[in-house]
Amino acid sequence: MIEVKDLHKSFAEQDVLKGIDFVFENGKTNLIIGQSGSGKSVLLKSMLGIFTPEKGIIEYDGKAYSDFSPEQKRELRKDIGMLFQGGALFDSMTVEENVMFPLRMFKKGRKKNHLDRVHEVLERVNLGTESRNKYPAEISGGMQKRVAIARAIVNKPRYLFCDEPNSGLDPKTATIIDNLIHELTVEYDITTVVITHDMNSVLEIGENIAFLKEGVLAWKGDKSQIFKTDDETVTDFVYSSDLFKKVRQAQLQGL
Amino acid sequence: MSYLHSIGEYIIMIKGVFGRMTKRSVLKELIFKEIDELIIGSLGIVAFLSFFIGGVVALQTALNLNNPLIPKSLVAYAARQSIILEFSPTFISIIMAGKVGSFITSSIGSMRVTEQIDALEVMGVNSLNYLIFPKIVAMLTYPFVIAISMFLGITGAYAAAVFGGFLSPEDFIGGLQDDFIGFHIFYAFFKTFLFAMILATVPAYHGYYMTGGSLEVGKASTTSFVWTSVVIIVTNYIVTQLLLS
Repeated sequence: MIEVKDLHKSFAEQDVLKGIDFVFENGKTNLIIGQSGSGKSVLLKSMLGIFTPEKGIIEYDGKAYSDFSPEQKRELRKDIGMLFQGGALFDSMTVEENVMFPLRMFKKGRKKNHLDRVHEVLERVNLGTESRNKYPAEISGGMQKRVAIARAIVNKPRYLFCDEPNSGLDPKTATIIDNLIHELTVEYDITTVVITHDMNSVLEIGENIAFLKEGVLAWKGDKSQIFKTDDETVTDFVYSSDLFKKVRQAQLQGL
Repeated sequence: MSYLHSIGEYIIMIKGVFGRMTKRSVLKELIFKEIDELIIGSLGIVAFLSFFIGGVVALQTALNLNNPLIPKSLVAYAARQSIILEFSPTFISIIMAGKVGSFITSSIGSMRVTEQIDALEVMGVNSLNYLIFPKIVAMLTYPFVIAISMFLGITGAYAAAVFGGFLSPEDFIGGLQDDFIGFHIFYAFFKTFLFAMILATVPAYHGYYMTGGSLEVGKASTTSFVWTSVVIIVTNYIVTQLLLS
């Protein structure tokens, strides 16, 4: 579980986060949604320790991140898996080497054991043997995302962060990736935090949603509640696409 | 002010490079990979340039020596001095700023743009050490490249002067040995070592701290080449002033 309390962050006197309070629950896919510039990425990077907040507390399983020693912070990072927007796979390494990277860096043991674990997670994300020795540039965007997920979970993390995991993917692949993230969250019993502005993701995996607007937590709930709320700030965002607008009109007409 | 900021950032980067070290087995592999890419991969162009520039230096000297009172062996002497003192250490380093420097900037810059450096940091890897330290260690072998360049430069000068019919092999060897000062070799390799450190770190700085997208990677490579060359030229002047004047 990750809890943020009264989190403030600003850049060059511009307040980006203005007192966020939220609990990211264990075993659930926690979504941070909101328009571009609402502070989603800044919140995520503050939770990861990339940005230092001016005020507020970030607690990992009840322990404040700001109280961690440098050694404890390093240890915590080994428990974190991160899926970047573009995958952030290492171009110079094959799929297998990319997934093995965290094991080589932080785990002791024989290469064969590492390889067994790599093959296990690659199979778990449904990547066949034919792609193992390919370079990231030689595989599709969807496969790159799968490799990135495999790399994020290979070290059995306790926390998984995903920055717009289905950006640049077709709707079908995006759904597959969303479902995969959700399945892994339940299977590994981890705290997963996903940044997205894709309403399909909200529908698929939104178990615990934080809606940010201009650096403020404007709404929180789950996927069943978000389509029922009358909160205008949320409905403006949720029904911004034509498809969801039609759904909303149908809802209002009682169809 | 921005120059001061850059110098400060560069110093902080160097401190970070020697901070928390990457696992030894991984580092060893990275160092060999960098030696292959930065050093072995540059030998061909260095050998080609050195041989022909050495030849041109000898030709130019021979063609401009019209006074019968000046011994012909001066061709070899002039070639030796210009190749050992300046051409091999300094001008090959400037060429390397274009080849190796641009490669370092663009490879690290691409990693920055595609969030690969962020990925390293999030995993708890000291990205500065992981990316730049192996390059610094690999560049410690750079003086060997310069030694090869010196040898081939003088060989090129010999070929042009002797086979071009300007002077006999004995005259050339005699000229090569005239007034030889051993300290010049120390001077040449001392500054080569400094240039190697500049070649490894200045382009790395431009790649690591770049912002923007792929277009900026190209711009960073150009800026890196300009600044690496400027730093090499200024360092060359200071070292020459300190050691030889």
